[in-house]
Amino acid sequence: MTSFTDNLGKVLRQNIRDYGMLIALFVIMATFAALTDGVFLSSRNISNLMNQTGYIAVLAVGMTLVIVIRHIDLSVGFLAGFIGAITAIALTAWSLPVYVAIPMVLVLGILGGLITGFLVAQMKIPAFVASLAGWLIYRGALLLSTEGTGTIIIPDETFNAIGNGYIPDLPGVPEGLGLHVLTLLIGAIAIVLYVVSEINNRRKKQSYNFEVLSNDVFMLKLVVVSAILGAVTWVLAGYNGLSWTLVIVLVVVGLYHFVSSETVLGRHIYAMGGNPEAAELSGISISRITYVVFGSMGMLSALSGILFTSRLQSATTTAGTLFELDAIAAAYVGGVSAAGGVGKVTGSLIGALVMGSLISGMNLMGVGIAYQYIVRGAVLVAAVIFDVATRNPGK
Amino acid sequence: MKPPILEMRTITKEFPGVKALNNVSFKVAEGEIHCLVGENGAGKSTLMKVLSGVYPHGSYSGEILFAGTPQRFMGIADSERAGIAIIYQELALVPDLTVYENIFIGHEIRKGFLVDWNETIRRANEMLAKVKLNVNPAATVRDLGVGKQQLVEIAKALSKDVKLLILDEPTAALNEDDSENLLELLRDLRDHGVTCIMISHKLKEVMAIADTITVLRDGQTICTLDVKGDGVTEGMLIKHMVGREIDNVYPPREEHALGEPVLELRSWSAVTPGSGRHILRDINLTVRRGEIVGLAGLMGSGRTELALSVFGNPDGFRLTGELYVKGTRCDLHGPEAAIRSGIAYVTEDRKGDGLILIQDVKQNISLANLRALAEGGVVNANREIKVANDYRTSLNIKTPSVEQRVGNLSGGNQQKVSLGKWLFVNPSLLILDEPTRGIDVGAKYEIYTIMNRLVQQGMSILMISSELPEVLGMSDRVYVVASGRIAGEMPIAEATQEKIMHLATN
Repeated sequence: MTSFTDNLGKVLRQNIRDYGMLIALFVIMATFAALTDGVFLSSRNISNLMNQTGYIAVLAVGMTLVIVIRHIDLSVGFLAGFIGAITAIALTAWSLPVYVAIPMVLVLGILGGLITGFLVAQMKIPAFVASLAGWLIYRGALLLSTEGTGTIIIPDETFNAIGNGYIPDLPGVPEGLGLHVLTLLIGAIAIVLYVVSEINNRRKKQSYNFEVLSNDVFMLKLVVVSAILGAVTWVLAGYNGLSWTLVIVLVVVGLYHFVSSETVLGRHIYAMGGNPEAAELSGISISRITYVVFGSMGMLSALSGILFTSRLQSATTTAGTLFELDAIAAAYVGGVSAAGGVGKVTGSLIGALVMGSLISGMNLMGVGIAYQYIVRGAVLVAAVIFDVATRNPGK
Repeated sequence: MKPPILEMRTITKEFPGVKALNNVSFKVAEGEIHCLVGENGAGKSTLMKVLSGVYPHGSYSGEILFAGTPQRFMGIADSERAGIAIIYQELALVPDLTVYENIFIGHEIRKGFLVDWNETIRRANEMLAKVKLNVNPAATVRDLGVGKQQLVEIAKALSKDVKLLILDEPTAALNEDDSENLLELLRDLRDHGVTCIMISHKLKEVMAIADTITVLRDGQTICTLDVKGDGVTEGMLIKHMVGREIDNVYPPREEHALGEPVLELRSWSAVTPGSGRHILRDINLTVRRGEIVGLAGLMGSGRTELALSVFGNPDGFRLTGELYVKGTRCDLHGPEAAIRSGIAYVTEDRKGDGLILIQDVKQNISLANLRALAEGGVVNANREIKVANDYRTSLNIKTPSVEQRVGNLSGGNQQKVSLGKWLFVNPSLLILDEPTRGIDVGAKYEIYTIMNRLVQQGMSILMISSELPEVLGMSDRVYVVASGRIAGEMPIAEATQEKIMHLATN
């Protein structure tokens, strides 16, 4: 019987790539907590951090898949900005209700993505060039749509709640309790669901006689993950509870994680990224995958535009500037490989959180913006060096 | 005999699992044209790479004497400095640069920090005159035909004061006029003191130009013949090239009846989409149920293109003719359609376009038939592991687990993963393109055994192979492909290595 530490060491070594960035995120958060006397980890700050990271995180999720299939999409920032403006116009000038405007602009985003997909898949234009053209065109479109009005203020409260509001608490919770009970409840349910599904999975694997984690390591994993979920829930419940932005981000990440790791479509995407020729000769339609991935990117750009516009409660002439580069940086920090076929959407979420934490923490400390950019650049390089260094030996 | 300009002594070069050159000795006299012949994989190109320093000193054993002095080339630059130039089958020209830029690329004529373009053009004209190529030196290489590009390559070599010129299948892509021109030029260069080594599969050409011929087979020197003195004939060369003992490395196959045709091609032709080159002409071919059909021929004869044109035509050739699968006429658009109609294709280049090396064994095995493992688009991961483990057992794939990355497996085991992947789509016709290339003898035998088992169960196999003993040992019937046509067809009882080689090289 091998010892617990041996088992744990082995698991950590084999999964260093997966856990590395998560550990880095903890280190960064702990460092900022120490440097700011705990202000960084206050409920209010964490809640704000999540809301500020949201519109980059959804872009990073889509960008992950784009980079996995060896492409890039530079148009997403201004597409998000443009769509934000369209949303604002729809809600104000056209007086459309929120539940009409949002699906409409999501479809518009998909169309925008499919156009890039068409240029890449059908016209064989390099994605860098095709999406750079999109960058220019959407920037122009954004200026055009805000030209007459300048910044468009959105008075719609339902819409503005997406970027600023929190889920309601259970009825009957007394005011001034200082804890958001529904958030706690959701957190508790999430922990239970997690533990039950892990145990079920393990049983199923054992019934097939597959290798599973040893008992002690498995228990440790359950405890650690539950503790993290619990801690995050507790912190969030201490302020206003779960924000709508965080709910949307979690749903998007959950959905994309499921599709990319569990479905035929997801496996085809990663197969194409790993070796396009082999994928094609295995009966996978490369152009169809390209359309799907760029279409999804367009939809998430629209979603990002909605989140950002709602957060500002207005559409501005410069909305979306440099979002694409933040999203690409988040994806690379999260372990996506430019060589294709490698990278998880959950990794990109962590990447976005790492970058978001740096901004938030340095702001709290009053670090100048010039130094902030330099630090973020250094972290990006360090993350990619770590990634390359821990890549499995042998080609 | 004149003194040797080059002597390679007891050269041995090993790759993991394969001995590409085994104690090869090779001697070239000054001022002769020396042809190097042998089957695909005999070691000709490897020998030339050792000579030119592509495989640096230390990565092989043995010694090289050039112009009387021992040489330790660490790279192409070293061998070029000594006066050796090699021209590969795939030309090493930069297509969008001009002729004169290409001729002096890498050893530009300088004037201080700058390139002296006037001198460059003047010298380029000299070189072009030497190779009797009448083109504007300012022409872009892309706009020249292959024959002329070849001459530019030679001009480039001559500009480096070459003493020994090596040409690897220089006429493979040339038409007859261009070939004749090139051979004429080589004779001319020889008369001006340039020694040539030429690798070629076209034995007629070899007979016409060579002063001396060395035959390699299975990484060993078989013989060196003086063309005039020894009265060499084509038949003699073929015998030396293929004259290997066919020992019993092929598993016995039980007699079994052949069924109805599974694949039939009638007047099947293919033209490349870009250049409009005819790569397949008027192919008629049948594969019956339970049959192993061998498709022999040299590399570049159109064998792989034939397989691809049947397998959904992913390269978009313009096809004419008729294709029948189990008696029904089919028009297969894309590999997916081909897979659905029951055809599987195990590629020649398993690392390049066969497997996804960064993914694990199970993901590679399931890839072509993931939907069979999915319910509502969601892959059942546990069933996937089970299927992969089943193939791991039945094909004897040696891997610590099905979660091992395929890139970490040996060639033979990678090939078995490829096989597993395609068996999982349960095809009626399995096309195997060089199924045992680069894998060791033990794994080869296992793959042959698997092939026998499959046809026993009623599958049909179309096997493309450059290894004649393999074709003879495994096939029920053999087609020989040459220049995109079926050069001959014979039942296995009538097939011999000499006969096949004769059809393939003419």
